Amino acid sequence: MQNERIKPIVMPKWGLSMSEGKITGWLKQPGSTIAVGDDLLEVETDKITNVVEAGEAGTLRRVLAEPGNVYPVKALIAVLADPDVPETEVDAFVAGYAVPKGDDGAEAEAAPRYLFTETPAGTLRYAKRGDGGPTVLLVHGFGGDLDNWLFTIDALAEGATVYALDLPGHGQSTKAVADPTLAGLSAALRGFMDTVGIGPAHLVGHSMGGAVSMRTALDAPDRVASLSLIASAGLGPEINHAYIQGFIAATGRRDLKPVLETLFADPGLVSRQMTEDVLKYKRLDGVDGALRALSAALFDGGAQAGVLHGAVAAAGKPTLVVWGGQDRIIPAAHATALGSNARAEVIPNAGHMVQMEAAGTVNALLKEHIGVR
Amino acid sequence: MARKISMKQAINEALDLEMTRDPSVVVMGEDIVGGTGSPGEDDAWGGVLGVTKGLYAKHGDRLMDTPLSESAYVGAAIGAATCGLRPVAELMFIDFMGVCFDQIFNQAAKFRYMFGGKAETPVVIRAMVGAGFRAAAQHSQMLTPVFTHIPGVKVVCPSNAYDAKGLLIQSIRDNDPVIFCEHKNLYGLECDVPAESYAIPFGEANVLRDGGDVTIVSYGLTVHRAMEAAEALARDRVEAEVVDLRTLSPIDWDTIIDSVERTGRLVVVDEAHPRCSIASDVAAFVGQNAFGALKAGVQMVTAPHVPVPFSPVLEDLYIPNAPSIAEAARRTLSPTGTSPRSIAA
Repeated sequence: MQNERIKPIVMPKWGLSMSEGKITGWLKQPGSTIAVGDDLLEVETDKITNVVEAGEAGTLRRVLAEPGNVYPVKALIAVLADPDVPETEVDAFVAGYAVPKGDDGAEAEAAPRYLFTETPAGTLRYAKRGDGGPTVLLVHGFGGDLDNWLFTIDALAEGATVYALDLPGHGQSTKAVADPTLAGLSAALRGFMDTVGIGPAHLVGHSMGGAVSMRTALDAPDRVASLSLIASAGLGPEINHAYIQGFIAATGRRDLKPVLETLFADPGLVSRQMTEDVLKYKRLDGVDGALRALSAALFDGGAQAGVLHGAVAAAGKPTLVVWGGQDRIIPAAHATALGSNARAEVIPNAGHMVQMEAAGTVNALLKEHIGVR
Repeated sequence: MARKISMKQAINEALDLEMTRDPSVVVMGEDIVGGTGSPGEDDAWGGVLGVTKGLYAKHGDRLMDTPLSESAYVGAAIGAATCGLRPVAELMFIDFMGVCFDQIFNQAAKFRYMFGGKAETPVVIRAMVGAGFRAAAQHSQMLTPVFTHIPGVKVVCPSNAYDAKGLLIQSIRDNDPVIFCEHKNLYGLECDVPAESYAIPFGEANVLRDGGDVTIVSYGLTVHRAMEAAEALARDRVEAEVVDLRTLSPIDWDTIIDSVERTGRLVVVDEAHPRCSIASDVAAFVGQNAFGALKAGVQMVTAPHVPVPFSPVLEDLYIPNAPSIAEAARRTLSPTGTSPRSIAA
């Protein structure tokens, strides 16, 4: 039953492991007029709490999901419709609503969430979402993993083929980091692209992953269609060394949580589960050594070893720079390091994990820059 | 990569990984291989409940079937530990520890102290604990407090497969004697466990649920009962914070005190008998160090001070259950300290 004037609002899917979400509160009342991008409600998952933005405009005619309750991904939680749509039609839409199946449904769910591939740098974990359109490769930062893109990957995959990997030493990839320099990580990234068969790609790098992406654009320009640098390393010498040292040193929840809180403008986003997930990673054999080696090679003495903006500016790749105005890890002043050679956007009220904290805005910028439709 | 495995498999995997990593790790115990020296399948049993099954095929004679003499082989494991091996002795049921008290309490626990820090005893003694297995009074005790009482011995009691693997690996790498307590009724319980090696540090409690109204502290099997109780309380709008101690010696006092300072109420759940238990220990510590934060008397939910019954009906009543834990939490929320059925506002 298709009705162009009635639009469902469903429980979003954030990240590969999300199967359900809890409504923590509605930010709009029934009857409100909704514009695209308006904050509609807050949803809590076992990883993080975030705001759901309106993807379409209309009047909020029905709010079906109650705060405090848990709903599966894609469940109908509210209905938008034009004001002149009769109540009976809205009711009929709700009554007849079926969770969509098909290529984005059952088949995608049945496919493995995470994939593993043997590369010259060792076993690497990755995810692939979407088909057709431009090819995008998401590269996380120091101590991160591909789940740092949980709000990004599916949004881009609506109109692109999106890959995200765990770099060596990270996530569920090999913990051996043969060469902990930017050149070494870039070589590992290109080895991954070769193994999986990824042609020239739009590289989206966060923090250390941004510097790895820049290094790749310099060392193998034919592999890189464009650069999107999010709170990126490599654009200036400053970095919060206390954060790097604190992240490496923390062995328990009580040490780690305050360290993770510096990643966000809103420290309340660091949930018990997020802290526990990072701890589970940090406890794995080999991780401590990998992080120490990377830190020594890239941030020795509290200054970034690889400052690449001069070379990247000269290389002339289309480049987008995005920063959170409240970044406490790498200063937002680095956003303008590429001058007129890049589009720079600083998002106020977001921290270092700007792609999570202001996901809607960052996704829109990425889609525009990469040409995702 | 993570996949769902049982606690029994997680313990087997931890032993396998550490035996592979470190040739000084050896495993000994009664029938841990099963069938050695007799005709038939070489690796038939793998211990009384099959925890070590398959390890003999991979690691051969580094697994030793011992005579039925706990005094002898626990002593041998402790002696070997002081001489450079990292033995893991399996003692079937913790109830049998009685015949090894001298080896554990007077020898292993004391070497580091009495030899001026020059001796280390990196031994792990694994044993099954707990009731609910219809194994009667001599095979069902929760003797964790007995070992926690002794300085020089570390005591671990995981509640799930993830923790069991990481804590056993830490136990094997630790340079002091560790009593590793495995609740036999948790062996089949599955959760996500990484295939790789990882170690969980001792003295780091896990917070399984956030809540601002009452703190419930437990370990082992009763952690799951505490979580059930917390879900029931949440239906009455009471939010319980559930703390899983994971290790009893050392114990994470900071997490307990932090939580009680926020909630002002404490329920301690222990499957051991009530006298001189983990429950009474935690209650006393909080009473002494966070009295000002308490809004109500501390509640203990424990097994009764009687041997574990063999009657299945009585045995099920013996183990602390979710309704009794929820009821104790409600008592801390009652202004009179009595027990109203509901405090929902």
